[in-house]
Amino acid sequence: MKRIYSIIVENQAGVLSRIANLFSARGYNIESLSVAPINEEGLSRMTIVTEGNEQVLEQIGKQLNKLIDVIKVIQFGEEPFVEREMALIKMHTDMNTRAEVLRIVDIFRGKVVDVSHDSYTIEVTGDSDKIDAILSLLEPLGIKELARTGKVAMIREKKR
Amino acid sequence: MKLTGAEIFIESLKKEGVEYLFGIPGGAIIDLHDALYRQDDIKFILTRHEQAAVHMADGYARATGKPGVVLVTSGPGATNTITGLATAYMDSVPIIVFTGQVPTPLIGNDAFQEADIVGMSRSCTKYNFLVKDVNELATTIKKAFHIATTGRPGPVLIDFPKDVQVAKAEFKYPETIHIRGYNPTYHGNPKQIRKVVKAIASAKKPLLYVGGGAIISGAHEEIYKLAKKLQIPVFTTLMGIGAFPEDDELSLGMAGMHGTYRANMAIQYCDLLISIGARFDDRVTGKVSDFAPYAKIVHIDIDPTSISKNIKVDYPLVGDAKLVLQEMLPLFDQYSSVDWKEVRKPWLEQIEKWKNEHKLAYDMQTDEIKPQYVIEKLAKLTRDEDPIISTEVGQHQMWVAQFYTFKKPRRLLTSGGLGTMGYGFPAGIGAKFGFEDKPVYVIAGDGSFQMNEQELATIVAYNKAVKTIILNNGYLGMVRQWQQLFYGRRYANTNIEVQPDFVKLAESYGLKARRIRKKEEVEDALRELVAYKGPYLLDVIIAREENVYPMVPAGASLNNMLLT
Ligand SMILES: Cc1ncc(C[n+]2csc(CCOP(=O)(O)OP(=O)(O)O)c2C)c(N)n1
Ligand SMILES: [Mg+2]
Repeated sequence: MKRIYSIIVENQAGVLSRIANLFSARGYNIESLSVAPINEEGLSRMTIVTEGNEQVLEQIGKQLNKLIDVIKVIQFGEEPFVEREMALIKMHTDMNTRAEVLRIVDIFRGKVVDVSHDSYTIEVTGDSDKIDAILSLLEPLGIKELARTGKVAMIREKKR
Repeated sequence: MKLTGAEIFIESLKKEGVEYLFGIPGGAIIDLHDALYRQDDIKFILTRHEQAAVHMADGYARATGKPGVVLVTSGPGATNTITGLATAYMDSVPIIVFTGQVPTPLIGNDAFQEADIVGMSRSCTKYNFLVKDVNELATTIKKAFHIATTGRPGPVLIDFPKDVQVAKAEFKYPETIHIRGYNPTYHGNPKQIRKVVKAIASAKKPLLYVGGGAIISGAHEEIYKLAKKLQIPVFTTLMGIGAFPEDDELSLGMAGMHGTYRANMAIQYCDLLISIGARFDDRVTGKVSDFAPYAKIVHIDIDPTSISKNIKVDYPLVGDAKLVLQEMLPLFDQYSSVDWKEVRKPWLEQIEKWKNEHKLAYDMQTDEIKPQYVIEKLAKLTRDEDPIISTEVGQHQMWVAQFYTFKKPRRLLTSGGLGTMGYGFPAGIGAKFGFEDKPVYVIAGDGSFQMNEQELATIVAYNKAVKTIILNNGYLGMVRQWQQLFYGRRYANTNIEVQPDFVKLAESYGLKARRIRKKEEVEDALRELVAYKGPYLLDVIIAREENVYPMVPAGASLNNMLLT
């Protein structure tokens, strides 16, 4: 089972190491991790995606909450949430492939952010399925380099 | 007026009521020692090894309930504390370790005697700090004591660079502190408490499972009330020994790998297991899937991560054991018409039967000294003096747990979680600093004692009447026992007959010491040891291949006990 944890932490030295250690000391793997400051002074948000059975995931949640530098842990599961990830994809391009690459980028509402005589760098944003989908289409056309940010997520506000 | 970092350090410790610092000086903390030299409130206890200094602070903390404090230098001084930190972390002991560090501009440069102790100690401390600014020193110390002593206690380390020790700042010690990410739960959830009360009242075969958390929270009186009121039998873990009087008729002693037959059987047949401040360690549960197969489980613990970690729990209850029990006890008044003695009769009779089927026993018909006999005799001779007993790790530790009758909490000091050889002797010394007038006995193995025997110098230097008994079998006995039982008697690397003459060794430090080899010498020697007014070491040559029984082989279920 996959789970996304969104964690609000004190923005200070050692926090990342404490969290990474929590996973590594128990042999749990981190699938993706992103960290950046939030709008509240001195705090950051970490988004961690991991996999495990119900018991492992429950234990991870408790262990995260126990860390002194962790202010809040949100686990995404039951409630509806939005998740996004961004990828930068550098493509080998030539006369034969350029048009096809552009067409795919267009379909996925991506952007070309850098161009050289034999490459395009593409930016695409979406949920992970969307990123996986564009990658599988671009793969045969020659991906040179790939950087993914890892997921970030938020609970959806209730609509009425 | 502005104070230096070193002066702020001392003033802060005074505010925390610190009496002793244990450690060894060095270049990176020479300013702190200079400041210590110029005052009389805090006494520095000079040990002979930093590991021992941490164990002393730990023993002081376990015996008194107050935090123990350590001061060591950077680099090797700091790295020598790791085993002590890990020991305290596993057993939830509040200690604060100050390590010197190279000046802040040099950090990260592989400077002389630099070690990344904050990085290294991260996984064996509850929290740790690097103080980079003297203006934050007092607050950091306040936070460190707060974190170490509240919630589930544990060791905290403060790395203290040399330039911060001499920099100056205005001293203001915070009265209170709030750490936004740290809010332990103390009170139990009232609804959950009511559910648990109902479960306990309707159980036919309830059993109390008491761990070290009960001692830490001081819940022994409440546990006694609960057990007595509802006539519930009680077993403890190694760490819980003393939380319930072992001479009480409801006491089943210790359970687990070397637990009593009756305690282990009771676990396997109870219908409600009420765990208080214990964490379902594998040394207690044996094979997890066979553990307490007929029981619903109540788990009261201050640490939510302990609950449902190893065993699925039916009634989790997060909170401080003492507070939760205080909140729970009055709710049993609604059952005041029940005659619990009558209700409990079949269960207690069954337990009595188990008790008579297999008692803790050993062969008494020999001239050799049986270690169990020594412990039993010591228990008799010290019955009225309420001593503190500290143990090392191995067979002797289990014989103490089995054959010494503990009646009060904080009387047994032993490394339960990490099982650190070399813990017991310095921990006993630390306890003696905490209680000048309480007798302290250290029960050591010949192997373990050699891991911190250099501290003989410390007890002589401070004239601490610590009484040490070495149960000397010339073996790393506990490992040898496993080799005998499970590895075809192939005693690989467990013979330690090459060892110092412990009597001469002790005498060379200035202790009184004696060696005995025969059963008939035991009583006389113990009387001498008990009566002696200074530090004393007794080397007891015991039956070499005596084993600890009962024994549940590692990974087996609790009813598969080897009995002899
Ligand atoms: C620091 C450390 N190293 C190794 C061990 C593994 N170990 C557990 S018990 C034991 C033997 C202890 O020998 P001794 O102190 O003589 O006690 P005995 O079992 O003979 O009573 C050993 C080596 C340990 N617990 N701690
Ligand atoms: Mg031995």
